[in-house]
Amino acid sequence: MHNLMNLEKTATQVRRDVLRMVHAVQSGHPGGALGCTEFMVALYFEIMKQDPGNFTMEGSNEDVFFLSNGHLSALWYSVLARKGYFPVEELATFRKINTRLQGHPATAEGLPGIRVASGSLGQGLSVAIGTAMAKKLNGDNSLVYTLHGDGEMNEGQIWEAAMFAAGHKVDNLIATIDCNGQQIDGPTDKVMPLGDLKAKWEAFGWDVLEMNGNDMKSVIDGLNNAKLRCFKSKPVVIIMKTEMGFGVDFMQGTHHWHGVAPNDEQLDKALSQLPLTLFDY
Amino acid sequence: MKEYTFTEKKDTRSGFGQALLELGRSNPLVVALCADLTGSLKMDAFEKEFPERFIQTGIAEANMMGIAAGLAIGGKIPFTGTFANFSTGRVYDQIRQSIAYSNKNVKIAASHAGLTLGEDGATHQILEDIGMMKMLPNMTVINPCDYNQTRQATLAVAQMEGPVYLRFGRPKVPNFTGANEPFEIGKALRLNEGKDVTIFATGHLVWEAILAGKILAEKGIDAEIINLHTIKPLDTSAIINSVKKTGCVVTAEEHQINGGLGDSINQVLALNMPAPVEMVGVNDEFGESGTPEQLMKKYGLSAENIVEKAIKVISRKS
Repeated sequence: MHNLMNLEKTATQVRRDVLRMVHAVQSGHPGGALGCTEFMVALYFEIMKQDPGNFTMEGSNEDVFFLSNGHLSALWYSVLARKGYFPVEELATFRKINTRLQGHPATAEGLPGIRVASGSLGQGLSVAIGTAMAKKLNGDNSLVYTLHGDGEMNEGQIWEAAMFAAGHKVDNLIATIDCNGQQIDGPTDKVMPLGDLKAKWEAFGWDVLEMNGNDMKSVIDGLNNAKLRCFKSKPVVIIMKTEMGFGVDFMQGTHHWHGVAPNDEQLDKALSQLPLTLFDY
Repeated sequence: MKEYTFTEKKDTRSGFGQALLELGRSNPLVVALCADLTGSLKMDAFEKEFPERFIQTGIAEANMMGIAAGLAIGGKIPFTGTFANFSTGRVYDQIRQSIAYSNKNVKIAASHAGLTLGEDGATHQILEDIGMMKMLPNMTVINPCDYNQTRQATLAVAQMEGPVYLRFGRPKVPNFTGANEPFEIGKALRLNEGKDVTIFATGHLVWEAILAGKILAEKGIDAEIINLHTIKPLDTSAIINSVKKTGCVVTAEEHQINGGLGDSINQVLALNMPAPVEMVGVNDEFGESGTPEQLMKKYGLSAENIVEKAIKVISRKS
C-alpha cells in the first residue's frame, strides 16, 4: 500500500514534468502522455527488471521496453530520468537544439534507455518481436514490453506483427495498447473504426487482458497478471483503457491536447491540480 | 586489354546463399530472415542446416525489417532476404527509422534487382533501389558483379558493424573474379589500366564493361575499367585519380540514371575535377517483360552501348 502511494506520487511528478517540458518549447504531445503516466510509472518503478545506471543496447537478462507510439516521448523521458537512466535536469533540454531528448525517441544521440527510433507508427511491435526472439536464442528468460496507441492500430504492420508473434509463439512479449479512443483527426470510431479490438487480437491468437490504465492498482495488477501469462505459447496483449489528458480536468477526454502545448495560464492551472510530490527539474 | 575468362556462368544470388551457409557455420550470431522467397534467395541450405536461426516471416516485409532491427538490438547479425523491390521501396520507412536512423547491424540482402529479373516485368524490376538506399545516412550500399564477388561481399558485410544494402540478381552471368579474391568494402577494383577513358561499372554491368574494353582496344582505344562494387561509401580517390589520367568517363549500371552510381560519380567529379561524362543506365522509364538479354539490349545496357558512349565521351574531351 505504501508503495502504491509512492508510485502515485511519482506519477504526479511525471505529469508535472510532461506539462512543463511541452510548455517550455510550446510543442510536443501532452494528451497521450498524461493518459499513459500510470502505465509507464508502474512499468519502470514496479514491474521491469532493469539496471538504469548501466544501460546496454542488448539489455541481456533485463526486461526491455519499446515505445512504439513515439510521440509519448516526454512521458518516457521523464520516467527514464526519474528512474536514474540520465540526470533529471536534462529534461529541460527536451526538443531543443543539440539535445539527446529528441522530439521523438532516437538512438543517434545515445540517450540511455532508448534502443530504437520511433515516431513513424506501427514499427515497434516488429522490433520488439525481434528482440524477444533474440532473447530466446540467447537463453535469456526476461521479457519484452511495448506500448502502442489505439490510433496506431490503423497501421498494417501492426497486424503483420500480430500474426507473426502468435504464429511463432513469441510468448516472452507483453504488448499494451493505449485505448483512449482518440486520434489526431478525432475519435477513433470516426477516423477509422477499430471494431472489437479484443476479438481481433484473440482471433490473431494472442492472450488478451484488459485493464484500467488510469488506476495505479489496476495497472500493477494487470501487468503482474500479464507476466504470469508469459511463456505459455501465446504473446500477451493488454487492452488498456485510458483517458487522454488524465489528471488535468480541462485536458481530460478530448483529442484537442494530442499535439498542443499549454500556454502560461493553462500550465499554471494544470500544475495547480498536480501538487509537487518530488522536485521539479 | 587485360584478359578475363570464366569457366562457367553462375547467378550472384547463389553466391549470397553459399556465403550465408558458410557464415552460419562460422558465426553463431548470424540469423537469416526471409519473406516467403527462400528458394529464390538461395537461403534454403542455411534454413536446412540452421532451422533455429532461420526466421520465416511470410509475405510481410515491413514486419521482417522491424524484426531484423530487434534481433540486431539483441546482439544478432540478421540478414533479411527478399527481392530488391520488396527490400527497399516497399519498406523504405521501416528501413529509414528502425534500421538506418537507429543504426542497426542489419544486412539487407536483395535479389532479383534490375531488368535482368526478366519475364516478371516492371512490377518486380526495381531500378530505383540504389538511389533510395544510398540516400540514407549510415547505410552502406554494395552491388557485386558475379558469383564469387557476391560470396566474398556477403562474408565481408558480416564482419562490419552497421546497416548494409547488398544488391544482387537472378540470372546466370560470367563468374570471372577469383574465388578467393579478397573483398574490401569501399575499395574500387581496377580491372584494366588505360589512358583514354575510364569506365566505372557496378553489378552485372562490370562484365559488359570488360567486353566493351575489348572492343575499344580493337579500335585502338585504351579504356581504364573500374569495378565500383561499393556505391556507398564511394571510393572517391580512386575515381579522381583515374579521371586525372583519362579525362573522361562512362558510367554503367543496371539502374535508373537518376539516383544511381553515375549520379554519385558526377557529384564527385563536379566537386573535384569536372570532366565529360556519358551514362549507361535506364533513362527514366520502367522496364517490361522479356529475357534478360533482350531487356539489356532494348534499354541500352549492353557492351555495345558502353562502347558507343566511350567513343562519344572521348570526342567531348577538350
